[in-house]
Formats: sequence, C-alpha cells, structure tokens
Amino acid sequence: MAGLACICQDPRSTRPDESMTSTKQKILSLSGITKTYPGVTALSGVSVEFHSGEVHAIIGENGAGKSTMIKIISGAEVPDSGTIEYESVVYEHMTPHLSRQNGIDVVYQEINLVPTLSASENIFLGNPIMRGLTLDRKEMSRRATELFERIKLGIDPKARIKDLTIPQMQLVEVAKAVSKIPKVLILDEPTAMLTDTEIEILFDLIRDLRNQGTCIIYISHRLQELSQIADTVTVMRDGQKIIHLKTSETSRKELISYMVGRDVAETFPERNIAPGETKLEVRKLSGNGIRNISFAVRAGEIVGLAGLVGAGRTELVRLIFGADPKSSGEILVDGRPVEIKHPRDAVEAGIGFIPEDRKGQGVLLNMSTRWNIVLPMLRQLSGRLMIVDRNRVDEICNDFKDRLDIRTPNMDQLARNLSGGNQQKLVLSKWVARKPHILILDEPTRGIDVGAKQEIYRLISKLAEEGYAVVMISSELPEVIGLSDRILVVADGQIAGELERPEFDQDKILNYAFVH
Amino acid sequence: MKFMFFVKKLGILGILLLLVIFFSIASPAFLTVQNFINVIRQVSMLAIVGVGFTFVLIGQGIDLSVGSQISLIGVVTALLIRDAAMSPALAVAIGVAMGAVIGFINGILVTKMRINPLIATLAMLTILKGVSYIACGGMPVYNMPSSLKAIAQGYVWVIPIPVIIMIVIVLVGGFLLNKTYFGVEVYAVGSNLEAARLSGLNTDRIKITVYALLGLLTGIAAIIMLARINSGQPVAGTGFELDVLTAIVLGGVSISGGEGKISGAFVGVLVMGVLSNGLLLVGLGEYYQMLVKGLVLLTAVGIDGLQHKRSAASKAAAAA
Repeated sequence: MAGLACICQDPRSTRPDESMTSTKQKILSLSGITKTYPGVTALSGVSVEFHSGEVHAIIGENGAGKSTMIKIISGAEVPDSGTIEYESVVYEHMTPHLSRQNGIDVVYQEINLVPTLSASENIFLGNPIMRGLTLDRKEMSRRATELFERIKLGIDPKARIKDLTIPQMQLVEVAKAVSKIPKVLILDEPTAMLTDTEIEILFDLIRDLRNQGTCIIYISHRLQELSQIADTVTVMRDGQKIIHLKTSETSRKELISYMVGRDVAETFPERNIAPGETKLEVRKLSGNGIRNISFAVRAGEIVGLAGLVGAGRTELVRLIFGADPKSSGEILVDGRPVEIKHPRDAVEAGIGFIPEDRKGQGVLLNMSTRWNIVLPMLRQLSGRLMIVDRNRVDEICNDFKDRLDIRTPNMDQLARNLSGGNQQKLVLSKWVARKPHILILDEPTRGIDVGAKQEIYRLISKLAEEGYAVVMISSELPEVIGLSDRILVVADGQIAGELERPEFDQDKILNYAFVH
Repeated sequence: MKFMFFVKKLGILGILLLLVIFFSIASPAFLTVQNFINVIRQVSMLAIVGVGFTFVLIGQGIDLSVGSQISLIGVVTALLIRDAAMSPALAVAIGVAMGAVIGFINGILVTKMRINPLIATLAMLTILKGVSYIACGGMPVYNMPSSLKAIAQGYVWVIPIPVIIMIVIVLVGGFLLNKTYFGVEVYAVGSNLEAARLSGLNTDRIKITVYALLGLLTGIAAIIMLARINSGQPVAGTGFELDVLTAIVLGGVSISGGEGKISGAFVGVLVMGVLSNGLLLVGLGEYYQMLVKGLVLLTAVGIDGLQHKRSAASKAAAAA
C-alpha cells in the first residue's frame, strides 16, 4: 500500500517503502525450527527473519503453525531442532523469562489483566515504579494518563478493568505492552474482537511503535488489514513457511492461493448422494451473535458451515442444540416445530452434537471409555431399579471399538489416556450409539492426526448414506469441500453465501468469508 | 520406603490396619468384641451422612449445612413430641422429611440460583443454626419418651439399631453409586459438567437429587442423634460437617469432584472412629484427638497429592 510511505517516519530509512527488509537491522531469526507434538508436526524446518522497525505479518489457516511459532519465540515451547538468533546471540531455545528480559513481549488473544485493578495499575503490574519501598502511585497514574493521551486510547486510566468492554480490555493489554517499549512485540489476532474505530487506534499504536524501532510480529486472519498495517508477510501452511513477501508487492488473491494452495492430500470417500426428506430446518434463528439465520438440511445430506473463527458458526450450532438460549426463531425436526430449551430437548428430538472443545465439552476425561460411549443412553440401557445392564453396555462398547477402531486396551481405561483421535471417536460413538437422525459436528477433526481423520471422514460419509442429516463446521477448507454436499459460508453472524457442490471453490468461499 | 509403598498400595485401608495394630498393642481394651461394636455404633451417624456427602462431593458440590441440619431437626422433632404432643413416629417422619426438604433447597440454590455451593450452604448453616436457637429459645428440649430412646440404644440380637440402619444405608448407597444409571450420571456431572449437559443429561436435576439425598440421610442421622442424647440440643450437630468432610476425603473422595467410592468413604469413617476410640483408650482426650485427626488428614491427602504430582511429572517426562 502506497499510503504506508507517508505514515512511516522512521528516521533511519529514507525510502521506507522499498528497501524495507534490506536496510532494517535483523533482530530475530529462526533457522530450521522443527516442533512435533505426539501425532502432529506443528513446524517443520521453518526459517524466518524479523527486522527492527518493521511490521511482519504471519498468516495461514488454522493449524498452519502460527501459534507454535509464537510459543517458540516467547519461550513457552522448546523446539525439537533448529536455532533462534536474537540480537546476534544464538540460542537453542528461549525461556519465558529470557525472552521477557530481552524485550520480547506477546499480547495473546485472551485477556490477561487483573479485573479488579484499574487500567493504570494493570499497566505497571509487572514493572512497578517505586519510591523507596513503596509504590509511587502518583507517578504511575501520571505516566499512564500521559500514555493513554498520547496513544489516544479514549479510556479513563482510573477505570477498573472489569468495568471496561472486551475491546477496551484488549486495547489496555496492547497499551501495557507498548508502555514497556519492547524490542519485539508479538500480536496474536489483535483485531479479532475489535470494531473499526478501535482497530484504527490499534493501528496508530503499532505504527508509532514501529517508528520507534520495534519489530512487530502480527498474526491475523483478516487479510484486508495487511495492506494497511504490515510491511512484509510470511505465509505458513501445514507447519512450513511457504513464502515471504512484501505487502506492497502482493495481492489478497495471491495470498489466499499461497495459504490454501496444497494439493488436497486427504482423500474423501465417494458417496451416493440421494438426499431425502427435510430433516432439520432452522427458521430466522437469532441470539448469541447470530442474526436471522434460516437453512434446511435433508436426510442423507452433509451441509458444511465454512467461515472464519469467530464468524458465528459455533454459536449457530449451539443455539440449534439448545446449549445456549436463542432469542428468537424456530427449529423444525421432520417438519414439526420442536421446542429446544436445553440440550436434552435436542437429544430427545434426535439431534447429536460434537462440540469444538473436545476436552472441555466433549469427552469426560476422568471417566472410563465405557461410560463415555453410553452416557446419553444410560437410561435406555437400564432396567429395573435403575440398574445399568452391563452386558448390553459392553456389547455396544465392543461393537463401536471394532467399528471405529477405537484403540484402548479395555473399556475401563480412562478417556484421558487415549489419543486425541480416539477420544474423538468416543464422542462420535456416544451419539451414533443413540441413533439420532441429525448430527452436528463442530470441527470434528481438529488436532487429530491424518489416519484418525480418514476414519472419521469415512464414518461421517457412511452415516449420511444411512440417512443422517449432517451439519459440519470445519475451518479446514479442503475438508469442507471434500465432504459437503452444500456449503453455507457464515460471516458476522449471518449466512454470507451458499454454494452447491459444482460451485465449490476455495477462493469463492474465502471471498464470502472475508466480507467485512 | 517399604512402609510408604505399603501405605500407597493399600491406601486408606492400610492406614486403618496400621491403626488397629497399633492400638491393639497399646491398649488391651481395644481389640474386644464389645469395643468393636462401640466403635461402629459411634461412627454410625458419621457413616450415614458420609454416604450422602460422598454423592454430593462426587457431583462437585459441598454441603456445609449438615451439622446445623442435625441440630435443627433434633430440636424441632423434640418440640413436636413434647409441646405439640405429636406421636413420636409421626414426629420422626416429619424430622426426616425436613432434612430432605432442606437438602432440596440447597440443591435449588446451587443450580437454579447459581450460588457457589460453599457460600450457599454456609449461609444455610448460619440460617438453620439461628432457627434452631429461636425454636427452642436456646434451651435444650428434654423429656423424650422412652420409645424414642430405643432407636439409639436398642439392639437386634447383639447389633445396635443405629448400626443396622447404617449398614443398610451404606449398602444401598454403594448400590446406587455403582450399579445404577443415577450413579454414573453423578460421576459424569462431577467430572465434566458441560460435557454431561451437552450429552443431554439433566444436570440440574441430578445435582438437586444428590443434595436432597444428603438431606434425607442427614435427617435420619439427626433422629439417631436425638435418640442418643435423649434431648433436642441446638448444639448437637456443631462441627459435624467438618468431621464428615474429613472422614470421606480421608477415604479418597475427591474434593474437586468426579472421584470417590462409598467403600473408601466408609473406611475413612472407620479410621476416624478408630482414632477417637483408640486415643481415648490410651488416655488422650478430645484435644489430642483433634490434633491427631488433623495430622492424619494432612498425611493422607499429602501422600495422595504427591502421587498425583509424581505421575503427572513422569507423564510430562515421557511426553518430552
């Protein structure tokens, strides 16, 4: 973006737009960084250079390795191999203490402020100003006020954090980092929860810092922001660095193609699509950030919900399942309106739901494999005196163990000891065992290795062939495209676009998703 | 080291065996049939309430009001018999039902009103205590009929009636927790409330039931207490909630929910009973008992915590 040149007032650079990377001083570089987690390679042989006085954006799909990279720079994770060079010193790995001491600061998506303290107190929480043995509250308050005025935060420094809105908290979080004048500032999706005016304040802040020589590493999903704020951009995909570009020399279209450009490695099962009667219909559903959404799913059909993180897909399916209260709208199952006020109403109506947060909401980690599988149908499996029929329970469990190839030594094994893929199979079996006709899946393959993914794809396809109506959220485009019969793109709490199978195209989906 | 291994392997049962061996050597009066029956009789109320408390704790709740419930139910039942001239049987039934109702209210407070269980039942503790003093004007209610006394002091063959009630309740409690869907649902609610809710369980109703069950059992214990001390005392249950909590946590019931067994809780209760009885027999009074019980709790829970930490550490090492 040409406009960058006039905003940028870096004294060390006379031609700020062109020779960005060559004249700026290298401050941090990663070479050959590899990091694996059990079953997943998060980063493989990544080398990136970061320069002072530069805003360096990192983009990529979910799971591309962006957050692992941040963790390695901040010292939260130790790489398996590779080195980190910071201010000409080579490290095998960082530690959280070391990185902070050396002026590396991270602003995460989650708010890490103390809600009962004021904004100014929070700013100086880690490095208070002392006068002798006591806190110099006056000086802290004066400096905070000055800082807030300088960066035009529009927030009263004396206001308590818990009285602020979430976007305001986020800005205070950034201001806190700015007050330390870090050498490297990492921002993880800083605009995810901000509105346009606050984004402007944030961008001013970032430019100000950059002009003081800070290196800013900017993680974002919002491509349209990059031209406004980033000097260079690194594209990540599948744990690898794909390319490093100057923002002024690339386009949104090119970036998208780099982000998703893989040959679809996954194979998706062929399926005979013969959609039947309408199973699930949603009419003018609102609430929880969702505005007036209507759609229908037929028996034997897989409808994919695509969109960005935070677009409202999870909120939508939680409303349908009764996990959150809806403010208005109607839900019909088999053409009849059903009143869903609680998840158990949805279960009664024949809906199964696999939540996004597997460990927090899907699987019961401290319970055995057995009870995880039969939990929703315990009562059907019980006879006189509420006694659970263990023989039938074990029959069902063993059946699913074989059908889904659940790898567990026995049914007494606690769910926490199984791998992520096997845990997800438990959550799947828990619903399939109950034989619902409608299945809602929220990121069913997140954090699951390739082999287990294939089995889950196979099962989803098979269920659809058996006449299930399936709604599936996925942030992995190849997955949505490979499995769905129809794709609804959700953006900003609404359906931004609908695509039939012949029209499936990653660019089209992203274009709908990025409307802003 | 060998000792630690032994204790770890057997857990709380090991501690119980050690205590029995120790007191048998220390006092000749300890290992006799009569003393054994004594200990069991003394712990019967603790065990009865402990069964209900185990359900509540597994379901990730807590109820600090059980002591006050015992006081209030005792006072009210005594007043109904003495001043309202009610038949003892009906008064007892009303007393037991009162426990269930108070438990039900506790359940409503922590689910529908979303009050933290610690706070809700702390408030209930104070309220009930106040009500029991108001009801009797601070004076114990004497002059109970002899038929009531039989509940605590009668025998079937050689077994005291409270012990029979206790055995039935422990068995039924164990059955309910281990064999029925209700038991599995309580574990599910305690180990992951949101996952249980999203599996279609009526989590509020399960929690309320568990609190009402504890109230019901506390009502039964309150009647035994009333019969035993033969008067309605507004201080009868003071501190009882902490004794129960100590015993069942000692027995391996997790304070953070989702874990624990009736059998373990019962052994925990026995440890407390043996400690009280044994220390008394070797000549150490109530003050020493408090000291020792506190230390035993710290030791047992400390060993447990260390084990958890070590297994977590070894897991982390294996992952790295």
